[in-house]
Amino acid sequence: MTELLQYLQNLLGVAWLPIWTVVKILVIVVPIMLTVAYLTLAERKVIGYMQVRIGPNRVGYFGLLQPLADGLKLLLKEIIIPSGSNKFLFIIAPILALTPALAAWAVIPFADGLVLANVNAGLLYILAMTSLGVYGIIIAGWASNSKYAFIGSLRSAAQIVSYEIPMGFALVCVLMVSQSMNLGDIVLGQKSSVGLFGWYFIPLFPMFVVYFISGVAETNRAPFDMAEGESEIVAGFHVEYSGMAFALFFLAEYANMIMIAILTAIMFLGGWLPPFDIAPFNLLPGIFWLLAKTSFILFLFLWFRATFPRYRYDQLMRLGWKVFIPLTLVWVVVLGAWMQTPYWLW
Amino acid sequence: MEKITNFFKTFLLLELVKGMALTGRHFFARKITVQFPEEKTPQGFRFRGLHAQRRYANGEERCIGCKLCEAVCPAMAIHIETEERDDGTRRTTRYDIDLVKCIFCGLCEESCPVDAIVETRVLEYHGEKRSDLYYTKSMLLAVGEKHEAQIAKDRASDAKFR
Repeated sequence: MTELLQYLQNLLGVAWLPIWTVVKILVIVVPIMLTVAYLTLAERKVIGYMQVRIGPNRVGYFGLLQPLADGLKLLLKEIIIPSGSNKFLFIIAPILALTPALAAWAVIPFADGLVLANVNAGLLYILAMTSLGVYGIIIAGWASNSKYAFIGSLRSAAQIVSYEIPMGFALVCVLMVSQSMNLGDIVLGQKSSVGLFGWYFIPLFPMFVVYFISGVAETNRAPFDMAEGESEIVAGFHVEYSGMAFALFFLAEYANMIMIAILTAIMFLGGWLPPFDIAPFNLLPGIFWLLAKTSFILFLFLWFRATFPRYRYDQLMRLGWKVFIPLTLVWVVVLGAWMQTPYWLW
Repeated sequence: MEKITNFFKTFLLLELVKGMALTGRHFFARKITVQFPEEKTPQGFRFRGLHAQRRYANGEERCIGCKLCEAVCPAMAIHIETEERDDGTRRTTRYDIDLVKCIFCGLCEESCPVDAIVETRVLEYHGEKRSDLYYTKSMLLAVGEKHEAQIAKDRASDAKFR
């Protein structure tokens, strides 16, 4: 394998680095796209099961070909551009929504050293990228020239601004504890002889909850799906979109969900570390543990959607500004004091 | 004091956990979906599906053209024309039911003095044009002929309640 890589490197010369990077990017992006596709199926199945139905089961065994059928349908549909819309922005909005959702994956460590870009300020990069996603939504809402889309995008903008702050503060706590912005180092900082008790969700439990709930709000998922709000503003920011343009928004939403799930796993649940550093657990490869934790959190996303009714807009704002922000601020101070005492064990 | 304890209780998210426990339980519950083409829900003998016209055992059609069904039909879906037959009896020359208008209330069936117009258990039928669902006398008689055994059985089951 190494010989083959060496041979190719000599063969391609200067072109080697870009080609090799593209290969690595594809190795990350293609599985993400597949996961997104099957997450939609999982969502329909899980919600169906919780509503005592069985969900899609006609296309392929257990409905396993359903995502492919859906994708094909969306590909073949016409993209209708409303006559009053701003065509350029209308087309570019879905691209703007999807790109940051995928770009953020560059710094995600899948196992020890298995990362596309080992950036020192990885955490900052993640924060920047996840916040950029909202521009796609705002532009989509504005460019559509439709009142529902506009209301949806306004809501989304306000919501993301409100929840970015507690999310940032929660990450500041992680930062304080791990003393690093590099995601790989954050995971390694959670390594200890006591297995899962060394993970950051124990000392930072309130922040873990706040981060996860803010993450749900950040990805516009139920019960915070104000931007879509099917029952009140039809579909929110993407009412006017059809075909593949709509599919891109869909992909972006689910890619963001997976992103938040994997980030929660990395920051609070020990990333690729096994829950106990003893025989059956540490024999499995690290990526298995990371994916298992991520899947569990994704299941929580679906569970939330099946359980909770949508927040009212003012309740949403209240939760963000009057509960989460004070709570995180207090916890930052408490944590700072706690870390100076001998009772700090992490 | 209670206000204060409640305030701190909200941070424990107890209500949310309760809700999630409920949906979590249902996740494992037996599913009630009826998988339609393979499985079907049971039908009663008074099921009101596609209409049919019946005949007596000797082949004579039951309908005497009294137009009670036409009069009672709340959706005005029935259209009847009658004339005198050679043997002096009144018979229908047209008996049409527009199934697009029909609301399947069963009043025609109830009003019929000779059990001529009935609603069968057939519910899987379709038309590709609106006119396909405009059932004429011959079509209704054909439906009746096809399902006579089931229709007679259902009438017999219902007889003791009438």
